[in-house]
Amino acid sequence: MKKKWLASPYIVWMIIFIVVPVFLVLFYSVAEQTEDGWRLTADHFRRFVDPIYINVLIRSVVLALVSTVICLLLGYPMAAILASKEYSRKKIMYLLIVMPMWMNFLLRTYAWMTLLERNGVINSILSLLNLPAIDILYTNKAVVLGMVYNFLPFMILPIYSVLSKIDDSVIEAAQDLGGNNVTVFRRVVLPLSLPGVISGITMVFMPAVTTFVISRLLGGGQFMLIGNLIEQQFLSSGDWGFGSALSVIMMLLILASMGAMSRYEQENGGGALW
Amino acid sequence: MTDSIILQLQNVSKIYDDTPALVDLSLNIRKNEFVTLLGPSGCGKTTTLRIIGGFEEADEGNLLFEGRNINDLPAHKRKVNTVFQKYALFPHMNVFDNIAFGLKIKKMERKAITEKVEYMLKLVNLNGFEKRSVNSLSGGQQQRVAIARALVNEPEVLLLDEPLGALDLKLRKGMQVELKNMQQSLGITFIYVTHDQEEALSMSDTIVVMNYGVIQQIGTPEDIYNEPKNAFVADFIGESNILDGVMEEDYLVTFMGKTFQCVDKGFEPKERIDVVIRPEDIKLVPWEEGLLGGVVQSATFKGVHYEMIIDGENFSWMVHSTKMATDGSKIGLKILPDDIHIMKKKVTQ
Repeated sequence: MKKKWLASPYIVWMIIFIVVPVFLVLFYSVAEQTEDGWRLTADHFRRFVDPIYINVLIRSVVLALVSTVICLLLGYPMAAILASKEYSRKKIMYLLIVMPMWMNFLLRTYAWMTLLERNGVINSILSLLNLPAIDILYTNKAVVLGMVYNFLPFMILPIYSVLSKIDDSVIEAAQDLGGNNVTVFRRVVLPLSLPGVISGITMVFMPAVTTFVISRLLGGGQFMLIGNLIEQQFLSSGDWGFGSALSVIMMLLILASMGAMSRYEQENGGGALW
Repeated sequence: MTDSIILQLQNVSKIYDDTPALVDLSLNIRKNEFVTLLGPSGCGKTTTLRIIGGFEEADEGNLLFEGRNINDLPAHKRKVNTVFQKYALFPHMNVFDNIAFGLKIKKMERKAITEKVEYMLKLVNLNGFEKRSVNSLSGGQQQRVAIARALVNEPEVLLLDEPLGALDLKLRKGMQVELKNMQQSLGITFIYVTHDQEEALSMSDTIVVMNYGVIQQIGTPEDIYNEPKNAFVADFIGESNILDGVMEEDYLVTFMGKTFQCVDKGFEPKERIDVVIRPEDIKLVPWEEGLLGGVVQSATFKGVHYEMIIDGENFSWMVHSTKMATDGSKIGLKILPDDIHIMKKKVTQ
């Protein structure tokens, strides 16, 4: 407690780069510049209630949900394998999962473009094998693929960390009391790993729903997601008011889903990551 | 007697990474018996228990339950339940759900489950704790939940892996009595693993002393204490003075350069043997009257008795006596023939 002052550089950092920008966004979202100066307005939010923009939001949420579900289906078994005592290539596998995260996110997404192009690496190999070409670049499929690829480690790692902390004797106790493998998983392992699953879902869904790079590169800008819409307002349209309003809506959505998650978390008595 | 044998281990061996954990172990356990596997850590007692529970497979040998081979029967199909060393309660369930776990798997009716769980809670003195989270319980209470969770399934055999190890002395004594009472009133076979010789002596019908994966002795607590088969058992069960000696002839033994009358026979003439004398069997007498003697090195008050270290020639005696001799004084030691135990020299491994 005596070393409180050590936190002050970070507090200053936080104020400059987090608190002030958040208030600026809030300000722009409800302010309008007139000849007499700034005026309070709800116009920016009202503009959002338009089928075009609502659809963008829905598409963003649906794509992010699909990616999250795929990440969960791929990530949970992987985490379980990593956490199992018998698995001997644990270190190599762990390294392979973490290694892509050391490389630039943008670079990795560009790499997928080259792989998926009509005459790209994957299709060249497929045509060599006389297999039909896949043409998914600039579609929703490519966007989901990009999201799953980029965010999968964020699903695996929290689940792995929770699974590896489950005491072996608890699992043995469940077997001892008559539980076969399915029962032991359903009634003991799964409930105990829920905190990891929830962290994983949060850590995949949040960045997926707000991404604009993946949708721009792999979606070819054909499908606008909420992230692209916000980017467009600030960088091309110069409509900071509407952009800020969209950002606030996004933040509220994230806060709401986090709130829902953490309530669920508390009911289960698990440890929270945030 | 054979028809009352419930569990048989026949020539069971187990090797971990070239280290033998169990060597050709054979053991018969009778119905309603309280059997304790006793030994230092790494002696194979827990491995034995895990093989019976189905968490570990024997490399060789057979495990028979009521005469049927259950080598390949998975843990969840065995009529055996376990109380684990660290309790292994389900942290995401309350007390009631922990205890009801096994019954719910058996798809028992909700009303029957409630009745049985309530009965168990009463048995372990935890009525009213149904809704409590297991994480909020003390060690002793968690222990009771673990016992109730195992017993509610009415197993034929209950395995207990050092269940009282984490409790403080007073609580442990209380639980020892409770466990013994439960075992007698429910008529269940208990197989109990411990490294605490006192616990083993006070609770068991039969004690199996193990070391290096080999059974050293099987017997009643009285047998094991009074007639240890070898120096290891003598040393492990209670405290002992162990000396090298030579058997002159039947009923006559030489150690510390003196010859004593004893009650053992049947050794080769001049056979080298171990002599074991319990500290409480050595009487303190004035220096002139003792056949043996020494200088009192230290005297420590232990409650009921004093524990004294007495330096003789080339040997330090441990003596328990209600009389205290002052440090540095010379004192004589007297040992009755009945209290001299002769054991064959035997390599335990």
